[in-house]
Amino acid sequence: MSPPGLLVRQASLTFGDRPLFHELQARFDAGSWTCLLGRSGSGKSSLLRMIASLKLPDNHHLDLETSDGAPLAGRLAWMAQQDLLVPWHRVVGNVMLGAHWRGRPTSTDRQRAKQLLAQVGLTDKADQWPGELSGGQRQRVALARTLFENASVVLMDEPFSAVDAITRLELHELASRLLSERTVIMVTHDPLEALRLADRILILQGDPARLVSIPAPEGARPRPLDNSELQRRQAELVTQLRETTDA
Amino acid sequence: MPDRAILGRFIRPMLALIVLVAIWQIILTVTGVPRYILPSPMAVGCALIEQRALLAHHAVITAIEIVAGLIGGILLGLATALALARFRALRRTLLPLLLISQAIPLFALAPILMLWLGYGLGPKILMAMVIIYFPVASTGYDGLRQTPQGWLDLAQTFGLNRRQRLLKVQLPAALPSLASGLRMAASAAPIGAVIGEWVGSSQGLGYLMLNANARLQIDLMFAALVVLVAFAVLLYFGVDAALRLAMPWQQDRVSADD
Repeated sequence: MSPPGLLVRQASLTFGDRPLFHELQARFDAGSWTCLLGRSGSGKSSLLRMIASLKLPDNHHLDLETSDGAPLAGRLAWMAQQDLLVPWHRVVGNVMLGAHWRGRPTSTDRQRAKQLLAQVGLTDKADQWPGELSGGQRQRVALARTLFENASVVLMDEPFSAVDAITRLELHELASRLLSERTVIMVTHDPLEALRLADRILILQGDPARLVSIPAPEGARPRPLDNSELQRRQAELVTQLRETTDA
Repeated sequence: MPDRAILGRFIRPMLALIVLVAIWQIILTVTGVPRYILPSPMAVGCALIEQRALLAHHAVITAIEIVAGLIGGILLGLATALALARFRALRRTLLPLLLISQAIPLFALAPILMLWLGYGLGPKILMAMVIIYFPVASTGYDGLRQTPQGWLDLAQTFGLNRRQRLLKVQLPAALPSLASGLRMAASAAPIGAVIGEWVGSSQGLGYLMLNANARLQIDLMFAALVVLVAFAVLLYFGVDAALRLAMPWQQDRVSADD
């Protein structure tokens, strides 16, 4: 499973009469983790949905190429801000939701789901209902479900923004470890999160928006919080994000 | 703790029932209403016991009508909801028709059904089905339409086709909405069957009530009514229990509400 790189071209999105962005171009290297930053309403989530070819209400267009030429459908996993656990399956059933929905899960599927639950530290919760879990635990189940798909490209839309700060830091470590060797695009509004996790940071800014590429800090992911460069870069990034609305 | 919960669940309705019967008896004693207008609770109780064979015979007939109507109506309503959710063309043609059909008074329909289907069980089952069909179809369709977008997104990235999406995602997501339709249907089903019996029949509790009324056996009429009410209550709790079984993940929340 070697992950493909992605090349986005001619990405345009119009919200009513207002163009949010026009003919954007972006490259996502194979096996790299890209964080897409921007303020609310910049269209960053829409851009991610367009890459995933999910439904969007507005006028949009996007040309997508993969580095190996094969279509993206079928090797793509999606993780959203909401955990999207379904209440009618138990925790382990939610991990292998794809198998449930496409047909009937096999014993291999079940075994793999249990392994993934162990990896996210929820072995003892396998037979509980999702309603019995905390927000952080639910998001870890969502992460396990995303991994279950065994997709080489993972698209995440603010996946950790609904949990508390400490849980978020723990999830960073978990996700960073479990999603290595995959092409990851993650939308976030948290500069620190981007600086901890990304190989490359893209900021969607301006009106209509352009993509500005920013190199990530040195060091292996997830970068520790006490890294002084991280703190300095965070201040810079916040300043840059604030400028976008003043411009 | 559960013991007390069960006690609370049964004792309070029982108390309400006893109060109701007491009020009934007090009205009788105070106003002196003649027996052929309002029989005493005791007389109704006696009728229930003395005429139990007769009541049982007619009750079985009505029970068959109600249950068959309920099953038929639920299946047909569910099939309609699924078909409406699946086919756009069907929505455009069938949905307005379905709404118009609700404007037809059921009582007006009953004689026509008798005319077409005779005086047997058929038209009564059909009446019960008709009365159940709409709440099931409409709540089912509403539920199927209101699947949260996030789950549909997941379904798409999982590569589901439309049929899989409908049955594996939209249908379970519609269960809570459908459940309220099914509870409504359960309480409406006896009405359909009894209306059918009133319009023309030779058996069933509705027939027994009309017959007893004509012979001024008011205590028997009330006894039949009591059996009918018991049916409606049993049916409601039966459907409720079935729904809890179908949605085990809601069990904790439901009992916490009680």
